[in-house]
Amino acid sequence: MKLIVTDREGKVHELEALEGWRAMEVIRDYGLPIKAECGGACSCATCHVYVAEEWLGKLFPPREEEIEMLDQAFHVHDNSRLSCQILMSDALDGLHVTLAPESA
Amino acid sequence: MSVAEAVKTDVIIVGAGPVGLFAVFELGLLDLKAHLVDILDRPGGQCAELYPEKPIYDIPGLPVVTGQELTDRLLEQIKPFAPSFHFSQMAERIEKLPDGKWRLVTDAGTVLEAPVIAIAAGGGSFVPKRPPIAGIEAYEGKSVFYSVRKMEQFRDKDLVIAGGGDSALDWTLNLQPIARSLTLVHHRDGFRAAPDSVNKMRALVERGAMALEIANITGLKGEGGQLSHVSVQSKDKSARDIACNALLPFFGLTMKLGPVADWGLQLHENLIPVDTEKFETSTAGIFAIGDINHYPGKLKLILSGFHEAALMAQAAFRRARPDEKLRFQYTTSSTNLQKKLGVL
Repeated sequence: MKLIVTDREGKVHELEALEGWRAMEVIRDYGLPIKAECGGACSCATCHVYVAEEWLGKLFPPREEEIEMLDQAFHVHDNSRLSCQILMSDALDGLHVTLAPESA
Repeated sequence: MSVAEAVKTDVIIVGAGPVGLFAVFELGLLDLKAHLVDILDRPGGQCAELYPEKPIYDIPGLPVVTGQELTDRLLEQIKPFAPSFHFSQMAERIEKLPDGKWRLVTDAGTVLEAPVIAIAAGGGSFVPKRPPIAGIEAYEGKSVFYSVRKMEQFRDKDLVIAGGGDSALDWTLNLQPIARSLTLVHHRDGFRAAPDSVNKMRALVERGAMALEIANITGLKGEGGQLSHVSVQSKDKSARDIACNALLPFFGLTMKLGPVADWGLQLHENLIPVDTEKFETSTAGIFAIGDINHYPGKLKLILSGFHEAALMAQAAFRRARPDEKLRFQYTTSSTNLQKKLGVL
């Protein structure tokens, strides 16, 4: 199962994802720069990613908690998600996300 | 500040998260007193700030406990040792005294002196998130502010406030009456702040007393640190500049190593290398425990921090009480320890 990640420099990484892992955990496991400070508790907004247009419809819609937490992210767009709230599954094999700008 | 005002203790703990709190217990069993400094306004560190309601499943003996519950239980556990807390203060600088002890000064001017400093600062200090906008550093402290110390400085100014949480809404409501103009910029027409504040803000917008801009901030314009405009872009991609004298971004907190980086300790990618016998840093008498330290095989787990606190305490005793013999005892059998814990 693949997770495709475009980093902030525009470089594309093809990561091996595991069923049930959060996209954030996969990204962190590969050492790509993602803060994910709260460790997946949906309470820091430092794992913000942009989901490629073609994948948006395949994701579970964000819960209220995630929508509210995105208020603490920057440059939030319609395709913004917190990657700790995306659970990898067969249906998301090949999911493509882009790391959002991070607080310096 | 005169030295006479310094508080003398055995161990200064930087950080009142779970590991800093448990260090009080381990030190207390050895009759060492502790003072804790934390930038947050309450104990618990990340457990209290980031995930108070999140269940934790890997604390030995507690199959499930929330961040806040763990903090509360630790506070109960260390109560017999009556630690002193210095909250809402950043441990700013340290210096070595002629007698070999350490002096630590906080940004609030508190002066602590002890033979041992234990850094239990987790991911660092919680500081306001800086928006990733090019050149924002140049404006910080002059026309970009992450907190409000004196409301008066914003009287008759054109203000832009950014964010959608309670801080953004509270300051919008507090500053609107004294500002010349105020624009609240938020990326969506929904707010996580208290509904009452949101309603009040919407009423102000309704009667033209302030503006609400549903957009992202994309850039800053100004000169010499003084803002003239904040550039925003709305969902429909239309861009415009809002004239203003000051910007107040409220996007929550993030963790940064902070002043500890300047204490002359050896660092490894924002972590502090320690030995695994005493958890001492490259500087004698300064220890680092919990998420902030680094050694081969390190796991960032609360339980690892607890273990590190216990071993640090042994070394701290030898340093703070060089003339006394350390007698290791168990709480299950030692009447001495049980008296200290107030259970006998």
